[in-house]
Amino acid sequence: MLTYAISRAIQFALSLLVASVAVFALMSLLPGNAAQVALGTNATPEAVAALEAQYGLDRPPLIRYFDWMGGMLTGDFGTSYVTGADITPVIVGSVQVTAILVIAAIALSILIAVPLGTFAALEQRNWIGVTISAISQVGIAIPNFLAAIILVIIFSLTLGWFPSQGWMAPIEGFGGFLLRLVLPVVSLALVQAAILTRYVRSAVLDVMREDFIRTARAKGLTRSKALFVHGLRNAAIPVITVAGVQLATLLVGAVIIEQIFVLPGIGSELVRAVANRDLVAVQGIVMVLVLLVLIINLIVDILVPIVDPRIRNAA
Amino acid sequence: MPENLLDVRDLTITPAGADAPVLHDVSLSLAPGERVGLIGESGSGKSLTAQSVMGLLPEELHARGQVHLQGHSGNLLDATEKTLAGLRSDIVSMVFQEPMSALNPLMRIGDQIAEVLRIHGKVPRGQIPTRVRELLHDVHLPDPDSARFAYPHQMSGGQRQRVMLAIALANSPRLLICDEPTTALDVTVQKHMLDLIAERVAAVEAGLLFITHDLAVVAGVCDRVIVMYRGRIVETGSVDEIFTAPRHDYTRGLLASSDLEATDDRGRLFTLKTALAYSGPQVQGAEPGSATGEWENSGGEEDAPAPTRGGSISTSVEQSTADDVSAASARESTPLIEASDVTRVFRGRGLFGRRRSDVTALGGIDFTVAAGARLGIVGESGSGKSTLLGILSGLDRPTSGHVRVGDIRVEAASSQALRRLRENLQIVFQDPFASLDPRMRIADIVAEPLIAAGVDGDERTTRVEEMIEAVDLDSDSLRRYPHQFSGGQRQRISIARALVTRPQILVADEPVSALDVSVRAQVLNLLTDLVDEYALTLLFVSHDLGVVKHLCSDVIVMRDGQIVESGATEDIYANPQEEYTRRLIAATPSLAEALAAG
Repeated sequence: MLTYAISRAIQFALSLLVASVAVFALMSLLPGNAAQVALGTNATPEAVAALEAQYGLDRPPLIRYFDWMGGMLTGDFGTSYVTGADITPVIVGSVQVTAILVIAAIALSILIAVPLGTFAALEQRNWIGVTISAISQVGIAIPNFLAAIILVIIFSLTLGWFPSQGWMAPIEGFGGFLLRLVLPVVSLALVQAAILTRYVRSAVLDVMREDFIRTARAKGLTRSKALFVHGLRNAAIPVITVAGVQLATLLVGAVIIEQIFVLPGIGSELVRAVANRDLVAVQGIVMVLVLLVLIINLIVDILVPIVDPRIRNAA
Repeated sequence: MPENLLDVRDLTITPAGADAPVLHDVSLSLAPGERVGLIGESGSGKSLTAQSVMGLLPEELHARGQVHLQGHSGNLLDATEKTLAGLRSDIVSMVFQEPMSALNPLMRIGDQIAEVLRIHGKVPRGQIPTRVRELLHDVHLPDPDSARFAYPHQMSGGQRQRVMLAIALANSPRLLICDEPTTALDVTVQKHMLDLIAERVAAVEAGLLFITHDLAVVAGVCDRVIVMYRGRIVETGSVDEIFTAPRHDYTRGLLASSDLEATDDRGRLFTLKTALAYSGPQVQGAEPGSATGEWENSGGEEDAPAPTRGGSISTSVEQSTADDVSAASARESTPLIEASDVTRVFRGRGLFGRRRSDVTALGGIDFTVAAGARLGIVGESGSGKSTLLGILSGLDRPTSGHVRVGDIRVEAASSQALRRLRENLQIVFQDPFASLDPRMRIADIVAEPLIAAGVDGDERTTRVEEMIEAVDLDSDSLRRYPHQFSGGQRQRISIARALVTRPQILVADEPVSALDVSVRAQVLNLLTDLVDEYALTLLFVSHDLGVVKHLCSDVIVMRDGQIVESGATEDIYANPQEEYTRRLIAATPSLAEALAAG
């Protein structure tokens, strides 16, 4: 298990290295000169050259890569060519917002999907099971921005229970923070919960057909008890994998929700950086997203063998 | 009359939405402590009967009738899931067929045994760990102390089945139901398991309902036998009565087809269709096939020779002796397959190339196979049989050593040479349910090797039709899909697929071990016919020595990647030199022996 964890960690580090090279190469190889972009089309060649020298853009790409990479390793994402400001605090701040949003959303969707999916599987022949299946199917078809707009119309504009947009840091006021979090989290979670419900349902149905559930019943457990004691942990294995993929999708998918609710998350920052042609910021944000996705995969890779001794032994 | 342990009256089971029941008015009873065998082929309703008693019938099946169990008043079919759950493992327990999947893979063995003790609360909590150790000890698991902490995947099939038995008997139930508990096990393991079941059932003084399709197994374990056929009980009687004087045609057929020692006058095994000519198990090893004249009456059906074979019965007998002569002379010349010092080591791969323990699947194998020979390869699971087959068929390469098949050197073959090898050597696999693509029509499945061989469309169609006819399936089958066929029929399709490229060599990897006894005889006869007709060289892998003895002229006995013994089949069986071979032969259940012992 320990060697397995170490090998996964090495794999993680290597993936990160490859990703950083790819991100850097893409941004550097794109046509257009960063200094030219920053100064506008009317700038003189001398001014452009001067700015290039100032930002070190005239150095060889390899040096610039190590410079950038070294900075990131020490928590410095560099200075924007566009605004001249340090972008590290912006990235750190926005990652926190997105992380809160996404983790709350996946937690909520698991809380909804596991009981609902299990129930739908147990009651698959009754009207209630069929109804849950049908609703989750509809839920998958709804894009989350639509869910967001509907929620805003009902709970903000009509009922006035929650603010329709904005962000408040927890230290500024915890109540206000929670209040502003509800609608964005729910709109993200609903769709993910619908997808996850279907996975949970099918995982539970598969498990219920397993021989060891029959054994558990033969031991004297009722059908539903056999499921709770023996089934759910087995069903968790495929569900963990799916939830990991969903979490990664959410990170990027949160862009739209952050725009709708005007949240200073990493998605909003990415959109802003792209619009401003802020290359350093785009590079930094994309790297942070890659890092988060890789961390999620790492966690899933370590979680599955903890649940499943067969994988633990093979690893 | 003392109260019966189990009473089933007029049990009828109908699938939801169907008119016809799958189980018709089944009535049976067991006296306390009685051991009853429930026999029949797959689909005969024996498992459904057992599931009704356990209250484990799938929801989509509706049961009518009466099931009464000592220790519970009232009809079990009317009881709630909660009531039934309270009876299961307390009064009635069950051991299932598939030990590999019957235990929770995420839970330690000890916890799974402790659970059944906790559920019924007969053992004080503090004593549960001690009791678990006792139970593991009772089923003769080596080192019960560490076995408690093992996960199911760390155990062999036989060990897992012992754990299942420990669970089933933990609360000393009055009735134990075993549903094909040894079908998935090796012969040597099967023998131990059967002895163990008999021993433990006697120890806890439980009744036994033993479900199987294998008569030889039942003879050693049970006092009384109930025979089921197509959802009905067709016969019941003592083991001696059923085996020596069967009254029902099906019973006679089952008996005939499970006897691998007896053959009809064409040298073929008896089947349900030809069972009339069968004269019962030969306890003293009397002349087989003594009854004559019946073959003509029942011929022309399941086992009729394909039209191309033409010749009368007498010529085919002569032909087989002629084959022996030519096989013997072939042995003098260059063999068709030659393997020298073949090893195969699977390397364990660790982090940074650090070596884990390597597994030696084959440790230096030498043998030759003459053209036209029928070679049986026997051994327990893990003896290296499958690895050897993989190498011979070019699916795997040896770590060292030389393998020649025909004119192809397998260890150094180009992909082109391998393709030629596979045209010339075809395989029939063990599991007829998993080895056919469920989304392909039979015509396409059988034609696939021809496409790989580059045979054009028209000739493909002709050859596929020929082959389907040769394996006794009608041409309508070509348009259908695998799920529409029974296990035996699917194995015929696999054989057709294997022979369609007209290979010289047919490799059969446990082709009948997943089949019912009655179907087994048919498929073995078909194989024998086709091997004769196409003058095939046969490599037949099996853990069932009875089958190998019937089919093969020569045999190789494998253990732990080594050949422990090889030679002519008759010599090996008559005079095994190695202890291991003797053990394998002794473990093979045979009707005659079981009866003689009983």
